[in-house]
Amino acid sequence: MQTINAENNGKIYRIEIDTKEKSSEAKVIEKKLFELGYDVSVDVSKVYTINYDFSIANVEKIANSLHNPVTEMPRINVPSNNKFDWALELGFLPGVTDNVANTTTEIINDLLKIDIGLSKVFSSKVVYLSGNLAKHDVEKIAEELINILIERYHIKTYDNYVKGCGMDYIIPKVNLTSEPKVIEISLNVSDDELIEIGKKGILDPETGERRGPLALDLDYITAIKEYYQKEGRNPTDIELEALAQTWSEHCKHTIFASQIDDIEEGIFKKYIRNATNEIREELGEKDFCISVFSDNSGGIIFDDEWMVTDKAETHNSPSALDPFGGAITGIVGVNRDTVGFGLGALPVANKYGFCVGRPEDTEIIYRGQNKTNPSLLPRRILDGIVHGVNVGGNQSGIPTPNGFVYFDDTYKGKPLVFVGTIGLIPRKLPDGRLSHEKAAENGDNIVIIGGRVGKDGIHGATFSSEAMDEGSPAAAVQIGDPITQKKLSDAVIKEARDKGLYNSITDNGAGGISCSVAEMAEECGGFVVELEEVPLKYPGLEPWEIWISESQERVTLSVPDDKLEEFMDLMKIRGVEAVVIGKFNNTDRAVVNYNGKTIMDLEMDFLHNGLPKRKLITKPYSYRTEEPEITVENQLETFEKILGNHNNCSFEYISKQYDHEVQNNSVIKPLQGKGRVNGTASVIRPLLSSQKGLVMSQSLLPRLSEISCYDMAACAMDTAIRNCVAVGGNINHIAIMDNFCWCSSDEPERLYQLKDAAKSCYDYAKTYLTPLISGKDSMFNDFKGFDENNNPIKISVHPTLMMSALGVIDNIEHTNSMDLKLKDDLIYVIGETKDECGGSEFYHAFGEVGGISPKVDAKSARKLYEKMYELSQKGIFSSCASVAAGGLVITLAKMAISGCLGLEADLSKAPNENISFEKIMYSETQSRFIVTIAPENEKEFENLMKEFKIGKIGNVTEKDFVIKNNKDIVITSSLESMDEVYRSRFEDF
Amino acid sequence: MIKVVPKVLVMSGYGINCETETAHAFQKAGAETDIVHINDLIAGKKKMADYEIIMFPGGFSYGDDTGSGNAFANKIKNNLFDDLTEFINSGKLILGICNGFQVMTNLGLFALPSTDYGERISALESNTNNRYECRWVHIKENDSVCVFTKGINVTHVPIAHGEGRFYCDEKTYHELKENKQIVFSYCDSEGNPANGEYPLNPNGAYQDIAGICDKTGRIFGLMPHPERSLYSISEPEYQLKKEIAKRNGDIIPEFIENNLQIFKNAVEYFNK
Repeated sequence: MQTINAENNGKIYRIEIDTKEKSSEAKVIEKKLFELGYDVSVDVSKVYTINYDFSIANVEKIANSLHNPVTEMPRINVPSNNKFDWALELGFLPGVTDNVANTTTEIINDLLKIDIGLSKVFSSKVVYLSGNLAKHDVEKIAEELINILIERYHIKTYDNYVKGCGMDYIIPKVNLTSEPKVIEISLNVSDDELIEIGKKGILDPETGERRGPLALDLDYITAIKEYYQKEGRNPTDIELEALAQTWSEHCKHTIFASQIDDIEEGIFKKYIRNATNEIREELGEKDFCISVFSDNSGGIIFDDEWMVTDKAETHNSPSALDPFGGAITGIVGVNRDTVGFGLGALPVANKYGFCVGRPEDTEIIYRGQNKTNPSLLPRRILDGIVHGVNVGGNQSGIPTPNGFVYFDDTYKGKPLVFVGTIGLIPRKLPDGRLSHEKAAENGDNIVIIGGRVGKDGIHGATFSSEAMDEGSPAAAVQIGDPITQKKLSDAVIKEARDKGLYNSITDNGAGGISCSVAEMAEECGGFVVELEEVPLKYPGLEPWEIWISESQERVTLSVPDDKLEEFMDLMKIRGVEAVVIGKFNNTDRAVVNYNGKTIMDLEMDFLHNGLPKRKLITKPYSYRTEEPEITVENQLETFEKILGNHNNCSFEYISKQYDHEVQNNSVIKPLQGKGRVNGTASVIRPLLSSQKGLVMSQSLLPRLSEISCYDMAACAMDTAIRNCVAVGGNINHIAIMDNFCWCSSDEPERLYQLKDAAKSCYDYAKTYLTPLISGKDSMFNDFKGFDENNNPIKISVHPTLMMSALGVIDNIEHTNSMDLKLKDDLIYVIGETKDECGGSEFYHAFGEVGGISPKVDAKSARKLYEKMYELSQKGIFSSCASVAAGGLVITLAKMAISGCLGLEADLSKAPNENISFEKIMYSETQSRFIVTIAPENEKEFENLMKEFKIGKIGNVTEKDFVIKNNKDIVITSSLESMDEVYRSRFEDF
Repeated sequence: MIKVVPKVLVMSGYGINCETETAHAFQKAGAETDIVHINDLIAGKKKMADYEIIMFPGGFSYGDDTGSGNAFANKIKNNLFDDLTEFINSGKLILGICNGFQVMTNLGLFALPSTDYGERISALESNTNNRYECRWVHIKENDSVCVFTKGINVTHVPIAHGEGRFYCDEKTYHELKENKQIVFSYCDSEGNPANGEYPLNPNGAYQDIAGICDKTGRIFGLMPHPERSLYSISEPEYQLKKEIAKRNGDIIPEFIENNLQIFKNAVEYFNK
């Protein structure tokens, strides 16, 4: 091993690990740089910088623990012998979670049986570049490889590298020098100043800067002012910050809760909750809901012993700034919504949905004026979020059977990142407790377990309650640490829960412990926290920061005194940090002490219910009504354009990098058939001891919001349910969830659209008898900034409603996939096709939106879905597909590609309202299926379906894809060319 | 004759995540299983010596930080290596799948005739595309000395990893081959070699190697996941097979026998 005496460097060691042969990472970077126009040769070394006074012998031992001698060679404080032109070091900024460094610290401590403490190890890498590059090229390369919000880079020329004996010794340690303090804020100031405090935050007396958005409007901050006038004192900064978190749109869902026009109870209660309550009543004994709207997830019956839970979240704002960090914290965050459900559910499936701008779009937009603060391009955002969910989901050992990606220019400024988790929990625990019931009790200890608290994730909840602009805080960005969470999740779900060691549990998400402790305290009536007990990543945090930080991987539990020792011992031996930070009580006060001094003392009631009631007013949105006249010149070209477009083509590159086989529960996988086509619904078997299965699907149709938000919501719900039915789902055991991602929710027109969509949820859920069991909203998905020419721009997402459906089926063998199975099978279309091309992929291909949206007839659809389940049980379908984006032709094409078989179909035979042939081909009318059946089942099938509109349109063939209008051939294509069109767009992603 | 029911120590903790389905596979094969957290072994609450088989399941121990399997291997080296050596010397079995294979590789458990236990002979490097990948592949048994794979020829299994590219130097390769320690190689559905071609060889593994064993055949590691492919219904072509079977009046067997056989062979080993 190459080592030099480290005396010159004080106590700093740089262990650098070279690879004997060029690594895959280096090759992939080379390829990426080549695509960006740099013809360079790349090598990469891993670097561990350790700031601790070891003997040389010990450092060599450490280096030996950090490499495999078969492929790697370590150097300690010695520069590389290689020849190159530039050395580029990439590492994290101070305070950013460095998982590799944390693991390395554990390795060192275990190896030498010592405790070197926190912030002694830092990971980075050096990229050696050989080629004709100027310094600004290297800077550009650096910015392509890292995100400057969270990572740092350092460049040296070869000469400087040699002269300086390698790279510099950099310790990216957080140094907070100011003494932690609590300040009082006078609210006896002008309304203008109150508005300023509410919008930009508390003025820090030391720095003279605002601390970041509280998202408190004038009426809210005035209510706070009045409360403190009554109390006869000023609020402290921590109190004001705590109120802002608790009252944030993110936590209190004020838009859904407030009176809107003449709906006094608000749209959540009227349209969402009431729908579920009324459905449950109507179902009576057949009600399968167990826990709805009251917990971190919704829970429904799986069988007599087990319950399944579902929850979907969004992580939009953080993903716009740091796509990787935003997405990974999104997925591990929603996993915690499962772990924190009831007394703790086991995550059994993850789901994702990404709405992003087109990846080819290279037009930069800026958050600041004069080309400052550029926003990331859609491709960077896409790559980052795809990777974030990859790392978060795969490392947590949770399969990802279902997901989608949706491209539209309106998501360019702010992407939507949907992440969901399905959980499994026994309905009754070993000690007889019902698993969904929990309550912190007076006298219980407040225990937090998992990660430590840092400056990351400050103001996440209030940040997401606002549009994205120049003031958006970078501190809201964080990196996830799935393994820390995996340890705590295993210790809680697989051990502590069944031993009955705690009375209540909740996730630390938005608002950190300020929200989790305050929420749990509602169960018993108060709390007192000793804030200095909270473990920190580094010293020097202000008390208010500790209280509201959203640092990841933490869960709060209420542990009774008589269980405390056993609980703490268990956490210790499982490598989970656990600390008692206070007590729950019944004093009706929310009290926080810091080093013996009370710094927060609020009425519980004011904290939770003090926010003033609002009245929202809507104003009709002018929906599109105009229909375009479209002449199709070349049928094959149009077909291929639609099949290959962003929203129809294969995204296998994402599906295959998400583990969908772990836990051995996959049945209908993300890619269906020999031809590997992305399906729209998946089936898993959550318990290997049971034949029962879970069916899941997610759907959104945002372009329809231009035409009718009522129909948009109806279609999203029908599609999610229909997709489940296609794979074998049972309409009598399906629950749904609503995730609203709206824009500009302070505009009456947008609220009008919102009301339309919510009413639609009520109407359709009631008819389908599919209860809404959980949901979430994100109301300000707007980007405010400037274009290249400094013109102010605002990009708002389409009002987007994602509906998720989760169903239980009795037998996983009675499921269907979309791939054509055998030659000569008969092909049927089920359901009538109507002139409903508004918002379709067909119109979109011609740059049009249209004005007639699909209407859903839920009553007859429900009847059909019951029948479909009956037929699935009989095993009569050899394949079955839900007709979705792109209409009949695109669905047929995917069935063919998936099965590696051809077909001949006369679409004039598809039941239709006498509409043009193009519309039969491409209309996106809801509630339709295409199925194939064995020829010998023709009579039985037609007999069973006699109450429904069906059309036998053709049969399965060996290879060619032929679409006819009566006798005329309209489209002929080969499997090879369709396959090429279907796959080429993201081939190199 | 009384059937011996071997006890399997299924290792868990620090991000291992396939312990439940791996225990399930051993149970279906007739073994008794115990999922044991590594810290319970270190604390002496459980002992390796009480078991006949040690199982290192798949997962993401320590998030692959410092190289897949490396940190977990260090933890064993620093705390349990004597127990493990004794276990090996007593003629018992060790199996590692995916992350478990990575841990065992870093522990140096795949001893050649010319090397000792504890000496690394190979590495599992980042996939050629430097990306995690989940897909089904075919693997072929190379008439090896491995006790786990008797009677298996070509089988169908999923892989799911980011660092699965087997690497060793040429000399080592020849010794592995000579001594019949190359257990599984990636191939096509007929058993023809993948010849490094993606996606048949999903990660760029040297000589298409998917799994190897030690010189005795009792210690076996592989990247693919037989425990995730026990049941026929897990196979990607299940729906097609179901349809064909239905028309022929056949019934699809519940298990993918070849994959279950790996665990059965381990149980059988103690009944010889």
